[in-house]
Amino acid sequence: MIRFILLQNRQGKTRLAKYYVPLEDSEKHKVEYEVHRLVVNRDSKFTNFVEFRTHKVIYRRYAGLFFSLCVDITDNELAYLECIHLFVEILDHFFSNVCELDLVFNFHKVYLILDEFILAGELQETSKRAIIERMGELEKLELKSQAILSVKLTCKNLDSRSQFRLPSPSLSPLVAA
Amino acid sequence: MASPSLMDTLFQRGLDDIIKGVRHQQSSTESIFISRVIEEIRREIKSTDLQTKSTALQKLTYLNSIHFIDMSWASFHAIECISSPTFSHKKIGYLAISQSFSESTPVILLISNQIRKDLKSGNEFEVSLALDCLSRIGTVDLCRDLASEVFILMSSSKVFIRKKAIGVVLRLFEKYPDAVRVCFKKLVESLEGSDSPIVSAVVGVFCELSAKDPRSYLPLAPEFYRILVDSKNNWVLIKVLKIFVKLAPLEPRLAKRLVEPICDHMRKTGAKSLVFECIRTVVTSFTEYESAMKLAAAKIREFLMEDDPNLKYLGLHAISIMAPKHLWAVLENKDVVIQSLSDEDPNIKLESLRLVMAMASESNLMETCRVLVNYALKSDPDFCNEILGSILSTCCQNVYEVIIDFDWYVSLLGEMSRIPNCKKGEEIENQLIDIGMRVKDVRPELVRIARDLLIDPALLGNPFLHRLLSAAAWVCGEYVEFSRNPVELMEALLQPRTSLLPSSIRTVYMQSAFKILIFCIHSYFLQKEDMTSEVSDLASKRQCSESSDLATGKALVQSDQDEGFNPRESNQSYEYPSVVDTGDGQSSTPTFMEKKSLMHESIVNLLNLMELVLSPLSGSLDVEIQERACNVLGFIELVQQEFSNPLIRKEANLDREEVIASRVVEWVHDVFTEELGPVSVTAQDRVPIPDELVLKENLTDLEAICGGVELPAPGSFSLTSPYYGESAVFSVSNLQAEEDSEPSTESTSLLTEHRKRHELYYLPSEKNIIPANDYPPANDPSSSINTNDATEDLVKLADQSLVSKRKPNHAKPRPVVVKLEEGEAAPVVSKKPELKDDLLSGAIHDILLGNEAKAASSQSNPSDKSSSKRKGKAKHVDLLDSKENLAVGEQPNHENPSSRRSKHRGDGKQKSKKSKGKKNGDGREDDGEKESQKIRDHHGRHKSRQRADAPINVVPQTPDIPDYLL
Repeated sequence: MIRFILLQNRQGKTRLAKYYVPLEDSEKHKVEYEVHRLVVNRDSKFTNFVEFRTHKVIYRRYAGLFFSLCVDITDNELAYLECIHLFVEILDHFFSNVCELDLVFNFHKVYLILDEFILAGELQETSKRAIIERMGELEKLELKSQAILSVKLTCKNLDSRSQFRLPSPSLSPLVAA
Repeated sequence: MASPSLMDTLFQRGLDDIIKGVRHQQSSTESIFISRVIEEIRREIKSTDLQTKSTALQKLTYLNSIHFIDMSWASFHAIECISSPTFSHKKIGYLAISQSFSESTPVILLISNQIRKDLKSGNEFEVSLALDCLSRIGTVDLCRDLASEVFILMSSSKVFIRKKAIGVVLRLFEKYPDAVRVCFKKLVESLEGSDSPIVSAVVGVFCELSAKDPRSYLPLAPEFYRILVDSKNNWVLIKVLKIFVKLAPLEPRLAKRLVEPICDHMRKTGAKSLVFECIRTVVTSFTEYESAMKLAAAKIREFLMEDDPNLKYLGLHAISIMAPKHLWAVLENKDVVIQSLSDEDPNIKLESLRLVMAMASESNLMETCRVLVNYALKSDPDFCNEILGSILSTCCQNVYEVIIDFDWYVSLLGEMSRIPNCKKGEEIENQLIDIGMRVKDVRPELVRIARDLLIDPALLGNPFLHRLLSAAAWVCGEYVEFSRNPVELMEALLQPRTSLLPSSIRTVYMQSAFKILIFCIHSYFLQKEDMTSEVSDLASKRQCSESSDLATGKALVQSDQDEGFNPRESNQSYEYPSVVDTGDGQSSTPTFMEKKSLMHESIVNLLNLMELVLSPLSGSLDVEIQERACNVLGFIELVQQEFSNPLIRKEANLDREEVIASRVVEWVHDVFTEELGPVSVTAQDRVPIPDELVLKENLTDLEAICGGVELPAPGSFSLTSPYYGESAVFSVSNLQAEEDSEPSTESTSLLTEHRKRHELYYLPSEKNIIPANDYPPANDPSSSINTNDATEDLVKLADQSLVSKRKPNHAKPRPVVVKLEEGEAAPVVSKKPELKDDLLSGAIHDILLGNEAKAASSQSNPSDKSSSKRKGKAKHVDLLDSKENLAVGEQPNHENPSSRRSKHRGDGKQKSKKSKGKKNGDGREDDGEKESQKIRDHHGRHKSRQRADAPINVVPQTPDIPDYLL
């Protein structure tokens, strides 16, 4: 089972943190600090597995970003390594050539993708295509709801504007016309 | 002016503005900026306009997840957002909730209705949001309230929803085990689909569930077997293999059926992850299948040959799993293993170190250790300590089983402590003392090593070695009779740099110095008696008792009568004729020298030196040091009266005074020569508990209160003779405190972990030794000749064990190692199974067994459908059928699971409602009895404890599992 997933840059700034086990905020902070310290100085020729407390962290570095998964000690390291890669591929596809800034500005979308990918600490979907499709639909839905919202907002604004403007005599013929 | 909501909406900063804003801040102004933003958010979030509110919430969530800004105050606003009809608001609300809510969030109960509404929604994305959220924050109440909704979703027509609902089930079961009754059947049915995301999700759930309580899922083995054979999805296969690793030990016949398909996968698949999972499965669970092991070893070899460090590491890891039972696999890959010792990656180095140690045996241990210690000198501090740690733990296995030449080992310990990066002081300390107590023959060498350590002032500067020095000091004090030059030891113990030591260790130094002083004065008296050859009754008696310590030629003349009651002497002269010569030669020489050197002046010098060093300490702030200093000073004063004016010695009152002083010395000396032996960690438990003593009741509350307080470890020891019981205990706790406050947390934690693992080899607390005589007869004579319990039986034991243990082919006979009985190995901690798990597995059991029973009686179960579908695989169908038959045969009463279920939910009132249910329950109770009987047989000694601890909830958990796989 995945305990948490962390995206950190080389400076140790967390770009995304999702915990599948309940942790206090202070504990989260500590965990992030420790994981960063564990992975940041490892040579690229080293293994991608580090023991972390009673679990192990499987990490992978993409440019300046470290993707770290904390899993049970008996879990399959290689499978989770592939899992990280799949996640990155999905991000890359979704943001078309993903970079760190994409993740910063779209953190809520990254969370959504992650929710499609992993649920309750278990891998939910191993098909990249399926997740991309779902995200497309979600985007559409959101745009739609935003559109409806803005229409409503405009109507409301128009309403309020008309309230203001109705008493104005000069405009009333125009409105009437 | 426009309405406030409009103003807010138009002029509100969006998420992007905040992110940009934070990015543009310097690190010094960042917190100011954030706190300003938070102020803004607090205002905006109160807005009645949901758009404004949700944007504010989103900003807050961002700050919370990246900058750890507290957002618990906004939990109600998050709930408002999810109740919005607009999807984007809902999304933001759910994100905020799943990021910030915990079990203790007060408003969590309020979302139950909203989640239910969303679970029932027609919009699949809303359903999915609600499911995601539930899987993350589900509490007992939420899970109970929403179990039925999730159940409905499990049969949703949309694969996407079904998959998520299955994922949520895991949380549901964990929090609300009764949900099993609703959902489990559906879950099992989902297993039967073809290769699809659904199967992947279900297998994931079962993998997690079976990790907690594999026995309950044994009936599903045929289903998993089918997936193992049919599935093409590597992810699913890996998970199924993980399940089988859990199930295999419970059902021996599983292995036979599984080996073939697993080997098949291993041969065919191209995915390394699957290959590795197969290897791991084989090497952990199917060790007795030679061909499979061979195949696995071949695959491992492929891994080792790869350039990818990950694969290499995993290969080494797999071998190390194999090592205990199949050492050939390690030996085959010896070259790679040794080579990896100098790999760049610390993981690989560590793994190969483990393997190297696994290869160590009696014959090559010395060579291996020599090479490793040399290597440790060259490697980085961390790995150096890893090497030292693994040498130490390998050597002390099974009471130093692999070591033949203890003199060599002790000098190795000395050598290790001189390695500059050594942080294993505590570990070496334990072993030095342990060996000193267990192995008599090594004591002269031990004292020599300890002396070398003590007189080196450089070692005092390394705080990691302080514990080690305390052991050296203790050894010198306790076995001072083997020393060549006690005066030199005394000087080493009192050297000025000892002020660098922590007080707890300083007290050990002082106590040891005191012992040495007593020894010197005592031998001085003896020697004087010899010279004047006034053998009074008293003196001859004294000499008898001390002849072993002063193994002089004269003493040996008297040894005819001594041997009867002097343990060491008799031991040496009968059992080790070859050693006696050298041993005597060694020990008589120093004694001789000592006789020469122990003139009157040297004693006076000693006394003066001690007085000089200790007088300032009598005003020490540390109570322990102060007390010891005062004790010693008092003693010195007593003795000094006699020594200070030698002229009086000729006078008449000489005899009387001297007799008083020498008597005191003799008494104290007697106390110090009382031999200390190892004591079993479980010794305390064997003391019968008096009837009127209530130990088990009402203390659970106390435990809850004291949970955080660390009690002194049971394996600690004290460094003084038993007559100082009280102060000894005190000093132990001091040591403990010292240990806690020491900066070397890393090494100490490693060591405490080691101590936990190898409790057997640590010496227990001294106080156990005091009631030694009260122990009930330790154990039946048949159990082992190595058994021993109380200190006074050590000699007898040594005689016995030697007969059986001695190996003729060794050039140098292995010295006797005092062992305690085998049973001490692991102080059995009968952990109470968690109530939750109990309920869960109980519930699953009901469902499964109920299922099977129903399946056979009423032919409507879908599993039958599927079995007929799979007619082609005749073997498998057989398997399934017989399983059902057996299930029916052996568990005839299980068609009414719910009534029984409610019974062992523990509402006493429902008990014996139905006679049938009762009978059923009795049967189960029997099973429980059987189980606990087994446990009792296993650890006979803990009978009473087991019985007291055995929870009643165990009863429903352990019914007989019928044979599902034939």
